Amino acid sequence: MEKKIQAPLNKEVVKELRSGDMVYISGTIYTARDAAHKRMSEILASGGELPIDIRENVIYYMGPSPAREGRPIGSAGPTTASRMDKYTPKLLDLGLGGMIGKGKRSAEVKEAIVRNKSVYFAAIGGAGALLSKAIKASEVVAYDDLGTEAIRKLEVEDFPAIVVIDSEGNDLYNK
Amino acid sequence: MREINVAEVTKTVRQMCIDVNYELSEDMQAALKKAQNEEESELGKTIFSKLQENLVIAKEDQIPICQDTGMAVFFFKIGQDVHFVGGNLTDAINEGVRQGYTDGYLRKSVVGDPLIRKNTGDNTPAVVHYDIVPGDGVTITCAPKGFGSENMSRVFMLKPADGEEGVKNAIVQSVLDAGPNACPPMVVGVGIGGTFEKCAEMAKEALTRPVGQHSEIDYVKDMEEEVLNRINATGIGPAGLGGKITALAVNINTYATHIAGLPVAVNICCHVNRHITREI
Repeated sequence: MEKKIQAPLNKEVVKELRSGDMVYISGTIYTARDAAHKRMSEILASGGELPIDIRENVIYYMGPSPAREGRPIGSAGPTTASRMDKYTPKLLDLGLGGMIGKGKRSAEVKEAIVRNKSVYFAAIGGAGALLSKAIKASEVVAYDDLGTEAIRKLEVEDFPAIVVIDSEGNDLYNK
Repeated sequence: MREINVAEVTKTVRQMCIDVNYELSEDMQAALKKAQNEEESELGKTIFSKLQENLVIAKEDQIPICQDTGMAVFFFKIGQDVHFVGGNLTDAINEGVRQGYTDGYLRKSVVGDPLIRKNTGDNTPAVVHYDIVPGDGVTITCAPKGFGSENMSRVFMLKPADGEEGVKNAIVQSVLDAGPNACPPMVVGVGIGGTFEKCAEMAKEALTRPVGQHSEIDYVKDMEEEVLNRINATGIGPAGLGGKITALAVNINTYATHIAGLPVAVNICCHVNRHITREI
């Protein structure tokens, strides 16, 4: 089924998403990958505050190539999500709305998705040029020193993704 | 003795880094088109058409096919009658990578130390494999490698008694373990024989052999075909979302080995299997 949805995510909308649905996401999402997750995890462990409000927001596991002049971003496809598994349950428990990546997730992540009624989407891996077309604006909002791994705020329009793990824990990769 | 100034190497490497990241080689383009026609799953067909669209946008907009523009890997075949002048060859290669990745708007994905993990900021150093060959030419192959698939690669130190069946099983198991993480449809590079490091290097170099060109050894060619069929029977499919086409090719290179061993390396590459070769 094809659906157009808005980010940040509305819980009622997420509940209706089913593993296998094709979605087109519009609105605001954030990027974070390995190094940013490690820093966020260290901040939480020391009792600090995250640099972004993750509640109901979507994190896109992505580190773009540099933008040419006059363009918002370079190539911008998903990276492998499982490397973030170690950090993800904690973020979901703090209210993270959803994630976009590629590849399988751990049992712990799946449980946290169900517990928090969240969702995991996959974007097409290796289609970074195509996906960049759905990104209309990009701004580094934290960890600028991490280069491509900085946290970016993206404005997206009809960003194509597939629901892999829905809020009931159905997993498209296991079908 | 032929003299080559290393500045020429820098210039060639710079351009190769850019070209290889914007446009796939003809063999890969043809393989993706063929696969699109053969795929039967509806979602799989959609994925293939998106991948085609992606290639067109990359070429027209001069934007990398994939944001993971890889760690720069090179195979240098250097004629033994060549004398490099004007500086250190490895430095010249790294300078070419630095310029190519900066001028070509390519992602800087390299950290200077595997545990301290600070980005070097210019995608250097490259990984360079040197080979000395007869003659006075230099053949450079550039094959930047993304790590979604690199992370799913494996080395197996099998026993001689495991034989051909053991090798085939190891390759298929590696692909099953990789699943959607390695951005299928994949190209599977395999090295059989040699030593621990030799088989890994052969597997990497096998990925640079044009897709569709089989091993010249009859039994190896048969293995390439049989293993590809087994991989495509797994149903992993494009993007790991189910379908007939999980891999585009299995390329196997072999070498002599020890009486006690059967080393096998499986280097998995995604559908953005980038390789380009130029002569100096």
